[in-house]
Amino acid sequence: MGQKQQKPRTFTQTQLTARIQNSRSVNHSGADADPPSPTQHRATAAALAPNALESKSLKLVMEAATSMLQVSVDWVTRAFEAPFSGAVVFGVPIGGHLFVEGLLFVVILYLLTQKSYAPPKRPLTKKEIDELCDEWTPEPLIPAMTEEMQREPPKLESAAGPHTIINGKEVVNFASANYLGLVGHEKLLNSCTSALEKYGVGSCGPRGFYGTIDVHLDCESRIANFLGTPDSILYSYGLSTMFSTIPAFCKKGDIIVVDEGVHWGIQNGLYLSRSKIVYFKHNNMRSLESTLEKITNENKRAKQIRRYIVIEGVYQNSGQIAPLDEIIKLKEKYRFRLLMDESNSFGVLGSSGRGVTEYYGVPVEKIDIITAAMGHALAAEGGFCTGNARVIDHQRLSSSGYVFSASLPPYLASAAISAIDVLEENPNLVKKVKENVALLWAGLSDLQGFEIASNPHSPIVFLKLANSINTSKSDMQLLQDIVDKLLEEHSIFVVCSKRSTLDKCPIPIGIRLFVSAGHSESDLNKLCQSLKIVVSSVLKNRC
Amino acid sequence: MITIPYLTALTTYFSYGLLFVFGQLRDLFRKIFDRWTSSNLEGYAPICLGLEDFYIRRLYLRIQDCFGRPIASAPDAWFDMVERYSNDHNKTLKRTENVARCLNLGSYNYLGFAAADEYCTPRVIESLKQYSASTCSPRVEAGTTVLHSELEDCVAKFVGKPASLVFGMGYVTNSAIIPVLIGKGGLIISDSLNHSSIVNGARGSGATIRVFQHNTPSDLEKVLREGIAEGQPRTHRPWKKIIVVVEGIYSMEGELCNLPEIVAICKKYKAYVYLDEAHSIGAVGKTGRGVCELLGVDTADVDVMMGTFTKSFGSSGGYIAGSKELIQYLKYTCPAHLYGTSISPPSAQQIMSAIQVLLGEDGSSRGAQKLARIRENSNFFRSELQKMGFEVLGDNDSPVMPIMLYNPSKIPAFSRECLKQNVAVVVVGFPATPLLLARARICISASHSREDLVRALEVISNVGDLIGIKYFPAEPKKEHREDGAVKLD
Repeated sequence: MGQKQQKPRTFTQTQLTARIQNSRSVNHSGADADPPSPTQHRATAAALAPNALESKSLKLVMEAATSMLQVSVDWVTRAFEAPFSGAVVFGVPIGGHLFVEGLLFVVILYLLTQKSYAPPKRPLTKKEIDELCDEWTPEPLIPAMTEEMQREPPKLESAAGPHTIINGKEVVNFASANYLGLVGHEKLLNSCTSALEKYGVGSCGPRGFYGTIDVHLDCESRIANFLGTPDSILYSYGLSTMFSTIPAFCKKGDIIVVDEGVHWGIQNGLYLSRSKIVYFKHNNMRSLESTLEKITNENKRAKQIRRYIVIEGVYQNSGQIAPLDEIIKLKEKYRFRLLMDESNSFGVLGSSGRGVTEYYGVPVEKIDIITAAMGHALAAEGGFCTGNARVIDHQRLSSSGYVFSASLPPYLASAAISAIDVLEENPNLVKKVKENVALLWAGLSDLQGFEIASNPHSPIVFLKLANSINTSKSDMQLLQDIVDKLLEEHSIFVVCSKRSTLDKCPIPIGIRLFVSAGHSESDLNKLCQSLKIVVSSVLKNRC
Repeated sequence: MITIPYLTALTTYFSYGLLFVFGQLRDLFRKIFDRWTSSNLEGYAPICLGLEDFYIRRLYLRIQDCFGRPIASAPDAWFDMVERYSNDHNKTLKRTENVARCLNLGSYNYLGFAAADEYCTPRVIESLKQYSASTCSPRVEAGTTVLHSELEDCVAKFVGKPASLVFGMGYVTNSAIIPVLIGKGGLIISDSLNHSSIVNGARGSGATIRVFQHNTPSDLEKVLREGIAEGQPRTHRPWKKIIVVVEGIYSMEGELCNLPEIVAICKKYKAYVYLDEAHSIGAVGKTGRGVCELLGVDTADVDVMMGTFTKSFGSSGGYIAGSKELIQYLKYTCPAHLYGTSISPPSAQQIMSAIQVLLGEDGSSRGAQKLARIRENSNFFRSELQKMGFEVLGDNDSPVMPIMLYNPSKIPAFSRECLKQNVAVVVVGFPATPLLLARARICISASHSREDLVRALEVISNVGDLIGIKYFPAEPKKEHREDGAVKLD
């Protein structure tokens, strides 16, 4: 073993001596070069650049550096010339530089063993945490009750058809979005009854786990077939349709351009998607274009980011119709995908009720994703999303409201199928809605104190206060007074728009009239006359 | 906690790895071949992206036939399953006219109210005639009928709270209520295995979310103490309020919530308790009133009680029960109440009738029998499965019992083999469970007869032997060991 060890040692010996000589010669040559003394240097620097301050300071720095180098070189030379520098310990000659290296090594070891600097941490003691927990007083779960929170809506004692019973009195109902008047339609009732007898009420499972009943599949293909889309998917609730569909396709990093007037279901979906959300002014195409332009210019990688425009066909909050033809042009120009909610336009707009696309004569394939609630024109419940097969199949595993929720009760799916059958067989229903809306517009043209803020073809007629008095709270009270009075004195049931505190929609509140094909001409006339009487009396009391 | 045997974990990882590699290879070839065909994106980014899309195309589609099987009858103890076939390796499935009569071990039909019922169905049809299928309007507008307010009184009385509010969908109930109760500056402490609707609601609220270890009160206490001591992140201001969200029965584990301890801890630290009884209401407890009744917790100690009607009651929708003020406030501002269509009147009637049956108000003892039978059935089935050596999760009395499968290849194998013998089971894979913990889930119903259960056990045992999922073959191994010990002596 001894022999084996000796060999490498001799090798290191020769190596070391060579290195020492090498470094010595370097050092000596450095010393021989005879560096200028500080005073000399300063003088030359001053002579070279007498005026330039900058070069002067530069020179000073250089000088300091060289003098430091000089000092350290001096030290090293001194170490080499120290009395032990020639000593040989265990056959290893202790060169001066080895001495210095050893010293450095010790310093490094010392530094390594020291803890890195951290501000002194003093964790809270158990007692302190106990005290904090005792001290902490939570806010109440809900804020204090105010008077406006106590209001209860009227209770219906019969089906919510065009005429309904409230407090034992028959009233005309302008509060249900029963656009086609299908509530209480015999065909729907029959199909529901037979479905209830065959399938029971609930489906007792999500779609993935034996919650898929054959009527669900029939309903999906019926909708796709009616709209001329490749496929569609059913959701068990209208409100959940949008807020599940949007996060299925929009993730962090994507861009969504959206109308500021969209309803809460969409707002919630946008929030849950965590995408970048840019609002444009309600139904304002110039604002949309400038927004799209800005986004396209801002993002160099725009082509790799998924970009969407989200609109509603008929806006639930304002009764406006989105100018789809212009939006399609813009969408194609800037390459954005279009998501449209047709909850209030499906079954109502267009000559046969196929929605906004038919109304504008736009091919339905131009819209990437269409969603709609079936609780309005179809007088059923739930919602659907329709589009190409890829879009639909993706949702079957990625849409949380579809995957994690029990499916639509089968009787409602069969009600929706029958409703579409009725709609397709009776195109005059759509015509009737249109006529009724026109009648109402004519009748309300000379209504004082209000202006109609909705589109003339929209089944939601939205009445906005012409000159808002004070804050929206007093507006709210005023509108509520009108609504209450209409119900009590004139047996007409209308509603004013109510907003949740979570809703961020900036559109002012007003009275919403839901026109139905089931309303007769006399119903509409009665509404117009009563509204005029009530409005003038309430406004007079105010002023 | 689930502990996976090392070998199983290894083979499971290996299987997923293999699937992943082959999927990627196929994607690579497709990319190469697609180079010659022109791209149809036209300047749009692809609409389906990333691993999620990869998972669907390359893993899920292979076993698509195990999910979403359509049925052509009510989801009762036995149902007619529509047969499907595929011509393109499972990419699309086509329906046929043929149906197969299968034993249903998958639906949440705990009390057997899924099928037409002698007491409920006539009343439901009556209310359909009176109120039609929909009100076409949210509750605050024209969506409140007399039926709805009767239902709310009935539900409040049933769950033991002063007032309640019903919604048209269970998922929406959670995801729209939590943002109303808490917002920025609040803290939500949620069980790690809470349902997606709670997760969505919590995210939508804007409050800070912390998670505690599944069903572990000691960890909840730790998280609560840390939370209160630290306050809000960065500003260190005290929290406005803290809500602890737990479920009564965890649907993927079949476990009962450790409610008494959790309630005690919440009381100590002044946190509010939000209990989701989606699977437990109606299904457990002496009179079907859920986990509070079963575990002896006073409902007054639970601030917000939520549940759904889709399971035990065989209907649709969800409810919130709480103090009168809470419900009044929700009526004023909850988006689901203000914007969502009200619950369909026949569904509402079904719930009321089902509750009447449970309480014996229909003049029979059917309700009590149903409750006794589900308990008996569940405990019988669970103990038999355990005897057979399956790894069964969950607690006694819970009608949900997951059987661990682990390996991805065993997911379709179990489902298809059971179906061959006319037993329909639910298998659950990645999006609903962690990647490693794939499982089959059995839901027992009061409508299952003893013969049904014996038959099901037979089939499951055979299939279990075939695909090797009896991870704890308890008895035979023990005997073997004893034999060995005897020999050594």
